[in-house]
Amino acid sequence: MNACKTVKAVSDTVKGLWSLVVGLKVTGKNYVSPQLTIHYPRKTVDNIETYHGHIELVGKPKEPAVPRCICCMLCVTSCPSGCITVVKQKEPKEPARASADAPKEMLGEVGEKKAPPMAKPAKTPSRWKLNYNLCSLCGTCVEVCPVKSIRFSNDVYIAGYSQDDFVYDLLARLREQAGEGEGDR
Amino acid sequence: MSTANMIYGVPLQLFQIVVGLVCLAAFVGVNAVLLVWMERKVAGHFQRRPGPFEVGPYGLLQTVADAVKLIAKQIFVPEGADKMLYWTAPFLAFLPVFVTLLPIPWGDILVVQKLDLGILLILAFSGIGVLSLCLAGWASNNKWSILGAARAVSQSVAYEIPLLISVLTVVFMTGTLNLSTVVEAQGSWPWEWLGASQPLAFIIYFTCAVAETNRAPFDLPEAESELTAGFHTEYSGMGFGLFFLAEYANMIVVCGVAAALFLGGWRGPVADGWWWFLLKVYALIFVMMWFRWTYPRVRFDQLLNIAWKWLIPLAILNLLVTAALVKLFSINYYV
Repeated sequence: MNACKTVKAVSDTVKGLWSLVVGLKVTGKNYVSPQLTIHYPRKTVDNIETYHGHIELVGKPKEPAVPRCICCMLCVTSCPSGCITVVKQKEPKEPARASADAPKEMLGEVGEKKAPPMAKPAKTPSRWKLNYNLCSLCGTCVEVCPVKSIRFSNDVYIAGYSQDDFVYDLLARLREQAGEGEGDR
Repeated sequence: MSTANMIYGVPLQLFQIVVGLVCLAAFVGVNAVLLVWMERKVAGHFQRRPGPFEVGPYGLLQTVADAVKLIAKQIFVPEGADKMLYWTAPFLAFLPVFVTLLPIPWGDILVVQKLDLGILLILAFSGIGVLSLCLAGWASNNKWSILGAARAVSQSVAYEIPLLISVLTVVFMTGTLNLSTVVEAQGSWPWEWLGASQPLAFIIYFTCAVAETNRAPFDLPEAESELTAGFHTEYSGMGFGLFFLAEYANMIVVCGVAAALFLGGWRGPVADGWWWFLLKVYALIFVMMWFRWTYPRVRFDQLLNIAWKWLIPLAILNLLVTAALVKLFSINYYV
């Protein structure tokens, strides 16, 4: 029994001493490894793909300047800070058709075929604003959008002198990006 | 006294000592600047960052900027502190370093004084450094300082003993206390050095050297997370600067002695010279810095147990074995 204890004690001591060597090896390896620090601003940061900036709109595949947004208002309602403002485009009026249809129905002719139904206009937003002053980058709007019209941007170079500088018109931004040819990522 | 031993009416030995001391002072100053920079560069690279690089090329002027900062800082004495002891301590930490540097052989003829009792001189004056730590802690009227001082003194006393014994092993092997003679007793190749024939003594010596200079993992007297800064908590400006300077100067001393006793001193392959000595000293200092960024700090009871339960018995055993072998086989490098 004492022999076993002695062997274990010696084994523990040797193991402990060897761990000192292992420690030196680990730090030595790190010493000769390349550095991870970037000398900003002398050098630019080249791996901001994973950076989550403020949200931006995603354009349609065939029409980059038009957002995929269908104005369902889910992002507006789900945003905990009330940052997002979306206004749907108004549908055009067709009073002539209405007045034309009325007399026929009033006549009440039996068997008369009704006029074809009106075509639905596409739902597009006329205004899409983000108030970044209130945004907490929680990502709820990105998650909740059914057509994946919202994503995080890589915009790290934001600076301004006023609150108004951080109220973004995302439709205008999307048009600029479409002009630049960025479109879908 | 014959005129051959006089220069402008001054004895040659005195002249030699004064010139040597001036050179040593310059060397210590320049070396402290270099070592602080080296420490921060090495720390940066171990953590995969560049360290200082803004001030001067490769950040070489960073230490100069730090020195200016230290000099420009206000010097004050805390309320209730003993002024006399408070200001004696930094000088007591710093001045003995020059005495310990006297007998270190930088080269064959590049040595201030070839003292027959050089090793004894170094070990004797190293003890004064402990006294300065005690004075600094006591005089500060600060509980953290007194705790740091108590730790520093008990640590230094504990690690002085195995250091002495391992040095004594070398003295047994060579039969002399003269550092220059010890170097001459060794050869140019690594297997001819005393570190090869006395590996246990070298390991014990170097461990104790790290502890004597209060370097990690033996830096409990300066444990920032517990004691603010240990015995020099209350010091600012040049008071702190002197302690800082003394720490790096002591590193040179302990590494210089290690190089002279165990690594062949200024001897080296191909061509002997002062460059070999400096290379060895800086390599040992680099290893010390490597230790700092590798090992965690040990608990204080563990710290003292390492000295009293492991290093001292091992050192004594090593000494006895060496004495027996020297006696049996008449091994003697010098005589």
